[in-house]
Amino acid sequence: MDRRPVPPAITPPATARPFGPRFDIGDLVRVIDLRKPGHVRTPDYVIGHLGEVIQRCGLFLNPEDLSVGITHGPVVALYRVRFPMAELWGGPARHPRDTLCIELYDHWLEPVDKVTR
Amino acid sequence: MRTHDHDHSQNQSPLHEHDALVAEDEAGNLLGQQMVDALQAILVRKGVLSPGEVGLEIQKLEAPGTHLGARIVARAWYDPAYRSRLLRDGKSAAAELDIKVGEAQLVVVENTPAEHNVVVCTLCSCYPRSILGQPPSWYISKAYRARTVREPAAVLAEFGLYLPDDTAICTHDSTADMRFLVLPMRPTGTEGWTCEQLSRLVTRDSMIGVAQPLSPDAHLAPKTAAEEHP
Repeated sequence: MDRRPVPPAITPPATARPFGPRFDIGDLVRVIDLRKPGHVRTPDYVIGHLGEVIQRCGLFLNPEDLSVGITHGPVVALYRVRFPMAELWGGPARHPRDTLCIELYDHWLEPVDKVTR
Repeated sequence: MRTHDHDHSQNQSPLHEHDALVAEDEAGNLLGQQMVDALQAILVRKGVLSPGEVGLEIQKLEAPGTHLGARIVARAWYDPAYRSRLLRDGKSAAAELDIKVGEAQLVVVENTPAEHNVVVCTLCSCYPRSILGQPPSWYISKAYRARTVREPAAVLAEFGLYLPDDTAICTHDSTADMRFLVLPMRPTGTEGWTCEQLSRLVTRDSMIGVAQPLSPDAHLAPKTAAEEHP
């Protein structure tokens, strides 16, 4: 996915509350493109893709804040999210159950309705 | 410190310009080391650091090694109840063995005949250092980081690991506060082995997921003369 040129950073949607995990295990989520510069822990290759929450990892200080010396929070929820390889890279995967699991912070995710996906 | 006393005016050929890219002092220290030494000297002079402090920190960094991870894996093979606790909460289970996981949490992912796990950090070099020590250089390489998330089977094959076609691969991109340990499958032919014996089959690469543990035959085979007298 070609994301250039990068427009100015936008604020996260109002749904991205800093406190408390919004998502539960089994929830479908889509990785949103916050177009944030700096110490972002969300790699490009998952942006825009649909995955499933497989673990709630707890609340952590946001590395995007920590990298610029903001150490007082707020904390954000961290999840492990699983993607089918075919979802990430297109085409038939080597094996239909080949997957990729990655840690993602709450504000990079939006809910996906299981019915309307 | 004399680093630059020869005459460059006679050496303007491209070859010598290329040589100049590697800056060394008389002791053979590369530029990065020289900068670190200079910074350390200033910090010591200003009283921010004491001379032995950096050495102690480096020692602390380098003390953990794969033997810690191997003990955890061997115990999980040996004791099914421990295995369950390990899969539920890796950090607490490590603590049971007096192994301190310095990171927020240790997520243990278990290999089965149906699914193989492999760990990578695409963004940098996140690695369970407190139980595996410092990562190998290939783990930090851009090729490993970029390719393992995209074509894990091809990467594993280059490590000599050919998985059966019906074994799915789960790649774990270690991007944030979790750290990951692969629990390999216990090699067959190790029935009745002690934890200590089992731990000798557990390699660093098997805990990253790019290899299987050693086979008991290879391990128990008598040493050759070449191995005993290298």
